[in-house]
Amino acid sequence: MDFSQIIPSMPGLMDGMLMTLKLLALSVVGGVALGTVLALLRLSSNPLLSGFAKAYVNYFRSIPLLLVITWFYLAVPMLLNWITGTFVSVGAFTSCLVAFMMFEAAYYCEIVRAGIQSISKGQENAAYALGMNYGQAMRLIILPQAFRKMMPLLLQQSIILFQDTSLVYAVGLMDFLNAARSKGDIVGLPHEFLILPVRCTL
Amino acid sequence: MNYNWDWNVFFKSTGIGSEIYLDWFVSGLGWTIAVALVAWIVALIIGSVLGVMRTLPNKLLSGIATAYVELFRNVPLLVQLFIWYFMVPDYLPESAQVWFKQELNPATSAYISVVVCLALFTAARVCEQVRTGIQALPKGQSAAALAVGFTLPQMYRHVLLPQAFRIIIPPLTSEFLNIFKNSSVASLIGLMELLAQTKQTAEFTANMFEAFTLATLIYFVLNMSLMTFMSWVEKKVRIPGMMGGAK
Repeated sequence: MDFSQIIPSMPGLMDGMLMTLKLLALSVVGGVALGTVLALLRLSSNPLLSGFAKAYVNYFRSIPLLLVITWFYLAVPMLLNWITGTFVSVGAFTSCLVAFMMFEAAYYCEIVRAGIQSISKGQENAAYALGMNYGQAMRLIILPQAFRKMMPLLLQQSIILFQDTSLVYAVGLMDFLNAARSKGDIVGLPHEFLILPVRCTL
Repeated sequence: MNYNWDWNVFFKSTGIGSEIYLDWFVSGLGWTIAVALVAWIVALIIGSVLGVMRTLPNKLLSGIATAYVELFRNVPLLVQLFIWYFMVPDYLPESAQVWFKQELNPATSAYISVVVCLALFTAARVCEQVRTGIQALPKGQSAAALAVGFTLPQMYRHVLLPQAFRIIIPPLTSEFLNIFKNSSVASLIGLMELLAQTKQTAEFTANMFEAFTLATLIYFVLNMSLMTFMSWVEKKVRIPGMMGGAK
C-alpha cells in the first residue's frame, strides 16, 4: 500500500468531491421541497390529488435508484425536447440531479407526512380558529413544528442520499468515487485510491 | 420529436439464435432473483448472529459487532462492490486468484462478488433490526428465562429470538425489498441482471421508453408480490394475543 500518490492527485479528487457535494446539496433542497409538496397532496382531502401522490411514492419506492438514474439520463433530454420543441443538450449532472430530486422526493414525502401527522390536531384547529387560511396554517403553524420534529429522519435520509450519489458512476459523472477510480487507474494504484473513499466516508 | 413507439419490440428477434428480446428480460430477472435470494439468506444468518452478539453482556463480542455495523453501513454500496470485485481478489492466495480471475466464467466471478457484497452490506442492517427486536422485548422476559434456570443460549433460542423475529418482520420486509433493488448495482460490474439487460435492449432496439417501462413494471410487480408474501408470513407466524395480533 502506497498512499503517497494521493497528495499530488488532490486537485482532481477535490473536484470530484465538490461535484458530489453540489449534487448532494441541490438534491436535498429539491427533494425536500418536492417531498413537502407531495406530502401536502397526500394529506389533502381530494382523492385525486392524494391518489396521485400515493401512486408517485409507491412507484419510486418500488424501483431501484440505479434504474431511475439510467432512465433519466436517457429520458430527460428527450422530454425536454418534447416540451420545448428544440434540441437542448442536457449534461449528466442535470439529468442525475433531476433523477435524485424526484427519487428522493418519494422518501422525503413519507417523512414529511409522518411529521405533519405527528402534530396534534389542536394546532391546526387553533390556527383555523384564529382565521388563518390553509396556506397560512401550514406555513406558520404546522410545518415549522413538523420540520423540527423530523430533523433526525431528514438527516438520516440525506446521509443515505450522500452514499447513493456514488451511483452516478453509472452515467459517467465525475463524482468523488469516479474521480478516485480514474485517478487510481492513471497512477496505477487502483487499490489505494479505492480505499480512499472508504476512509473519507467513515 | 421523432420517436417510434413500438410495444411489439419485446417479441422481435434479437438476431442471436431464436431469442426474442423478452428472453433477455426473463434471464435478467432470473439473475436478479438469484443474486437477491442467495445474498438475503446469507445476510439473514450473519445479521442474526451479529444482532445477538450486540446484545450479549460480553464487551468484546458486542464491540466487534458494533464495529462491523459502523463499517458496513457507512460505506456506499458501490464502493463496497468495487472493493469486493476489483480489490479483494488481488489479496487471495495464488491458486484462488487464478481460479477466480481466469478459470471462472466472468459471470460467475461477478456473481460471487455481488452476492458477498450484498450479503455483508445487508447483514449490517439486519443486525441492527435483530438488535432492536431483542431490545424491544420487556426486560422481564430475559429475567424470567434466567430465573427459570435457562442458560444464555437457551434463553436466546427459546425465549428472546422467537419473539424478536416476529416483531421485526415489517422492517425485515423492507430490507428484503431493498436487497432486490440494490442487486441492480451488479449491472455496473457486468453481471447481466435485469437492469443490464434493459440497458442492452434499449441500446439494441433504440426503443428505450418501452424497455425501461417494462423493467419498471417487472420491479414493481416483484416488489408487490414480495410484500404480499411477507405479510402472509407475518400473519402465519403471528401468536394470537401478542403484538397487535389479538384475535
